[in-house]
Amino acid sequence: MRDPALHHHHPSSQSDISKQEGYEYVVALAGNPNTGKSTVFNALTGLHQHTGNWPGKTVVRAEGSFTFMDNRYGVIDLPGTYSLLAMTVDEEIARDFLLFGRPDVTVVIVDATTLERNLNLALQILEITDRVVVCLNLMDEANRKGLKIDVDRLSIELGVPVVPTVANRGRGINDLVTAIAGVASGAIPTVPHRIVLQEEIREVLDEVVPLLEEQLHGLPNARWVAMRLLEGDPRIREALERGEIGVSSQKDIWSSLSEEGRKVDVDSELADVLSLIGRESAAMQPPLHESLIASIYADATAIASKTVTTIEIPRVDWDSRLDRILTSRKLGFPIMFALLAGVFWITIEGANVPSALLAEGFFWLEDQMTLLFSWLGAPWWVEGLLVHGTFRGLAWVVSVMLPPMAIFFPLFTILEDLGYLPRVAFNLDRFFKSAGGHGKQALTMCMGFGCNAAGVISCRIIGSPRERLVAILTNVFMPCNGRWPTLILMAAVFVVAGFPSAVSSLVAASVLVLVTVVGIIVTFVVSALLSRTILKGESSFFALELPPYRRPQIGRILYTSLIDRTIFVLWRAVKVAAPIGALIWILGNVYIEGTSLMAHLANALSPMALLIGLDGFILLAFIMALPANEIVIPTLIMGYMGAGMMMELGSTADLASLFAAQGFTVLTAISLILFSLLHYPCLTTTLTIWRETGSAKWTLASNLIPLATALLVTFVFAQSAFLLGLG
Amino acid sequence: MASSELSLGRAGHMVKTLADLPIGQRGRVLSLNGRVETRRRFLDLGLIPGTEVRAVMESPVGRLRAYMFRSSVFAIRTTEASTIEVESPHHERLEG
Repeated sequence: MRDPALHHHHPSSQSDISKQEGYEYVVALAGNPNTGKSTVFNALTGLHQHTGNWPGKTVVRAEGSFTFMDNRYGVIDLPGTYSLLAMTVDEEIARDFLLFGRPDVTVVIVDATTLERNLNLALQILEITDRVVVCLNLMDEANRKGLKIDVDRLSIELGVPVVPTVANRGRGINDLVTAIAGVASGAIPTVPHRIVLQEEIREVLDEVVPLLEEQLHGLPNARWVAMRLLEGDPRIREALERGEIGVSSQKDIWSSLSEEGRKVDVDSELADVLSLIGRESAAMQPPLHESLIASIYADATAIASKTVTTIEIPRVDWDSRLDRILTSRKLGFPIMFALLAGVFWITIEGANVPSALLAEGFFWLEDQMTLLFSWLGAPWWVEGLLVHGTFRGLAWVVSVMLPPMAIFFPLFTILEDLGYLPRVAFNLDRFFKSAGGHGKQALTMCMGFGCNAAGVISCRIIGSPRERLVAILTNVFMPCNGRWPTLILMAAVFVVAGFPSAVSSLVAASVLVLVTVVGIIVTFVVSALLSRTILKGESSFFALELPPYRRPQIGRILYTSLIDRTIFVLWRAVKVAAPIGALIWILGNVYIEGTSLMAHLANALSPMALLIGLDGFILLAFIMALPANEIVIPTLIMGYMGAGMMMELGSTADLASLFAAQGFTVLTAISLILFSLLHYPCLTTTLTIWRETGSAKWTLASNLIPLATALLVTFVFAQSAFLLGLG
Repeated sequence: MASSELSLGRAGHMVKTLADLPIGQRGRVLSLNGRVETRRRFLDLGLIPGTEVRAVMESPVGRLRAYMFRSSVFAIRTTEASTIEVESPHHERLEG
């Protein structure tokens, strides 16, 4: 699936980074996934970093900077990849940046405990660029595994500086910076190791490389380019024909063979060389790629055997013991659900006090504002609109949303850094595969508990576009923090009433788990339907790494999570909740023929609402809550009481009687819960989906599909209940 | 996905696919027989002919297993694992 914008992508825009940002040197960070690359990035850049996207792609791009000896270094974090040879988007991005962006230094972060596999990427990078520093990270883990690495020998073998580090403790980072500076300025010369190739490949290269060098001046890595051409890499071929790599000896018009097969002016000599290469490539048996990888690994194994020694084998392998428990038939699933319930419970319990405090604070502020307005002598409706509408909307969202998010996200990130989440995907993958999805969808669903918008963004970890879309479209079925209050309240009024208050949080958490299970089932069903209808396709390649368990950096997690989430909630409150607060106030205070607009609308919606087991006010509340799910309950209470503003009632008992007076039964509560769980995503999430998919069609689908599901499920439920005489 | 026919590789060694390797048992990769795309990805991870592999874990609900090779553990689905031919010493069983 080629992005048309790519074909006209101007490569020099990337090497212009230095000029744009005023960096003296540009440093690229490359490495396998799970090597602690982000930790190194954070250690180098501290808070001087920001994230965005690679142009035209939905892959995260982190950029930062640091200063050393009066020079400013720009740091670009490339996507983690196992290789630069296969054609995934991540690998394309990394390779393109190294080739066209021409960073001044490339730091390859290597996991000291899995040197061989990491050398695969390192050796490939050494073919592309001379100025490399190898960061040998996770040295503490290597120690624990009884591995001893001869760093000096490794440096000699690779021909570049090798710096041992324990990035999450900050050890070795200073040495790393020194090495980077040395290589960037040329003070440290490098003689990079060249991959030892098999006889047959060398013969072909000996024939082809001189021809290429003759045609294209200034080709720094002709051998590598020749290898890519022999592999049949279309991107490199195109780049050559367009003069993006090297300069042709005939500086005439360049055009590539366009996709429609239109033949345009092409330099004939270069074209001859390229055809020759094409013929050689077709004749290679086995295909070059496979011989090349075999050579690289043979090389890597040789280097590793010369530099790594095992001095002792640890007697107890905690990792695999823990794994066997967490993925066992008997305990695997129960532990998962218990952890889920635990996370829910901690979030609910922990958020109670801060939410109450925030609410008090806001109400105090509101009182002050009321005094101010009456002192100013403002008309009642100005005060109403601004204070009781807009401000209340904002206050509500912040006091309800902020505490749970501030607790849930750090908890989730801790589990993620610990390494537990891949085990969850491991346990659940079979179901996802049957439903036509990807095992990692399990992880995106977990993220969706905190916030659906964050869940949608996290779907980037799924490489295949089809499976990513399935994950994005179904993420809404996971109850996000914003919907918890609604669900918990329903549980409180209709279920918890019988339980002592000490256990109420626990019961609330259990109800939430139950509702989540329903959400999970619906996710599988809808995913399966999508995979058989509008998103038909095959399962993509799946190989999930199960990294060793690592100690999470709790301090840093708490700090960054808190800041990120606070900013997010505040921004959302201002942009989304405040306006809707104003609108709701208008509905409640504008009267037509003696009835408020709100009541009018509720009445109009009533017939439809009754069909699905709800009533007009509930449906209206859901519609008004499109921007922010948190306000469903306050708006509903406002409607029932005929009040002029959103409000909350102190005790559960009061709430129960208010609802009962409106004809609200347990069945209504269940319908409400189901509708809340399954309906369209909130506005923020919808906008996020639009940004992530770039498609109006899929954004529309992301709202229509859940809505249809919600209506269908509640309809069937309500009608069945009525038929059974339970309504 | 039917596993490939059992045949004798080197004397005394049974040939089967990665998917057939019992948990805890070691094997050595003989050949990759899947689609081009699948082969490339496995190769990039280091599953090249001659590599030593050990099956370490199975998902509680099946169809997926984790294998240790080149010092790390990867989960691979049965359908894809059955495209990788391995040989393992006859009757060898190692504690996982």
